[in-house]
Amino acid sequence: MNKTLTELAAGLRAREFSSVELTRALLGRIEAAQPTLNAVISITQDTAFAQAAAADRELADGRAGPLTGVPILHKDIFCTEGVRTTCGSRMLDNFIAPYDATVVAKLKSAGTVMLGKTNMDEFAMGSSNETSYYGPVRNPWNTALVPGGSSGGSAAAVAARLAPAATATDTGGSIRQPAALCGVTGIKPTYGRVSRYGMIAFASSLDQGGVIAASAEDAALMLRAIAGFDPRDSTSVDRPVPDYAATLQESVAGLKIGLLKEFFEKGLEAENERRIREALTVFERLGATLVEVSLPNLPLSVPAYYVVAPAECSSNLARYDGVRFGHRCKDPRDLTELYTRTRAEGFGAEVKRRIMTGTYVLSAGYYDAYYLKAQRVRRLIADDFARAFSGVDVLMGPTTPTPAFALGSKTADPITMYLNDIYTIGANLAGLPAMSVPCGFVQGLPVGLQIIGPHFGEARLLTAAHAYQRETDWHRKAPPGYE
Amino acid sequence: MATHGVDGAKVREIAHLARLELQDAEIPVYQDSLSRILSLVGELDRAETAGVAPMAHPLADLAQRLRADEVTERNNVERYQANAPRVEAHLYLVPKVIE
Repeated sequence: MNKTLTELAAGLRAREFSSVELTRALLGRIEAAQPTLNAVISITQDTAFAQAAAADRELADGRAGPLTGVPILHKDIFCTEGVRTTCGSRMLDNFIAPYDATVVAKLKSAGTVMLGKTNMDEFAMGSSNETSYYGPVRNPWNTALVPGGSSGGSAAAVAARLAPAATATDTGGSIRQPAALCGVTGIKPTYGRVSRYGMIAFASSLDQGGVIAASAEDAALMLRAIAGFDPRDSTSVDRPVPDYAATLQESVAGLKIGLLKEFFEKGLEAENERRIREALTVFERLGATLVEVSLPNLPLSVPAYYVVAPAECSSNLARYDGVRFGHRCKDPRDLTELYTRTRAEGFGAEVKRRIMTGTYVLSAGYYDAYYLKAQRVRRLIADDFARAFSGVDVLMGPTTPTPAFALGSKTADPITMYLNDIYTIGANLAGLPAMSVPCGFVQGLPVGLQIIGPHFGEARLLTAAHAYQRETDWHRKAPPGYE
Repeated sequence: MATHGVDGAKVREIAHLARLELQDAEIPVYQDSLSRILSLVGELDRAETAGVAPMAHPLADLAQRLRADEVTERNNVERYQANAPRVEAHLYLVPKVIE
């Protein structure tokens, strides 16, 4: 089963196996892995077999596209019509989405088969997948460790070869960080590149949907399918979607790579740094040039984010009131108690902490000092990136400071957990596309190389990642027991 | 910027604004974690931001689109209310508000 999406799609078209057969095999793997990894919240077996059978008819008729019959998983943050969509929260434990997210609809019309919905941190708030109402996901490389978050289920599932690709979302690193910790490839596109319609909102100026897959080549196919203008998302950008697969083979000779000075300073573990530097030598060998760049305001990303994201979260999550959908507390005395007890029961500790933080920074007397200040710093950070991209084509550095950490080791102090996203948050604040690509191991645990591009530079990122993956085989390594 | 300590009364006030019921035992827990978060956020004071315009959105040249004032959705009330805890005659039911 250690095959990429590209290879599986080729096998389907060559009729080496049918989509129904592939679907059955992967559903079997998902069920077998579930007690150990807990990577999924729902398995949609009936939908999967119906979609697979339809895909097999299209494959037989010659009407098939590049993704027809390919089984995938969706992060449980994407609404799926007629299928429970929980966002990892008790609040939505009983929520049956009445429509498909645009990402889901696009992948459905591309002929993919939905195997199920992946586990995630509650409302995508977390970096370890430990805040899920449905229990933590475990890292397939070592089940005592976290898979990262918030798209921990998607990353663990792709790493364990339960599906060749999964949808995911990234508000502060939620695609790249779990991709790094699980040894898979993840891409967070430019803000506005992928529709947010039907993607349950956390922080609307930062949230962006994307893909976790086994390789850059696979990510290119998936991104091509989900990107594009959507009139139903007011921040969707009306701009043509390039054929990312068509430019994958381009050379990286002459590519100017900026090394993020601030990412190699305190906090980065020595062995992780070694893997990143080794990866950079591969690019040098291919003819790319390396130059160190400094983004002096980048170290303020985490504090800026922990004002902006909670502020937007507290506003977005005000909709969960126990009136129109989702959890409602039993026998409230009055309307106020209906709201307060529903929310106390429906939300977990981290979500409440962020709502409280956001409410605080937006409240009278604090708004200017915290919220406006953070928005000003956000501009300084975005300007730093813009200046850097006037001199280099892409920026590179680590995705995370350390490999995967132990379950429970960072839950006591929220700040320790927040600092895990120190390298990923900047791209969200500036709305930039960014990837994480497997680049080796530290004591048997995967390490991710981060590549950040200018706005709408996804093709450049994918080309660079693909060039690296033609020279290395880190992305082909499967965790022991999941080959 | 204000000091980063948060007292119990402030925690209760914020919980009220956020419409979250808190148990007494939770108050010191939130005092502690909010104080830690605000102390982290306090690092923003290091940045010189005089004359810097606040950035609310990552794509500077993106304007909000307008569309023609036309009906584009069918009435899906049955489907949408299928998720509601309590409805009657297409109305959402809540505890009595006016005596």
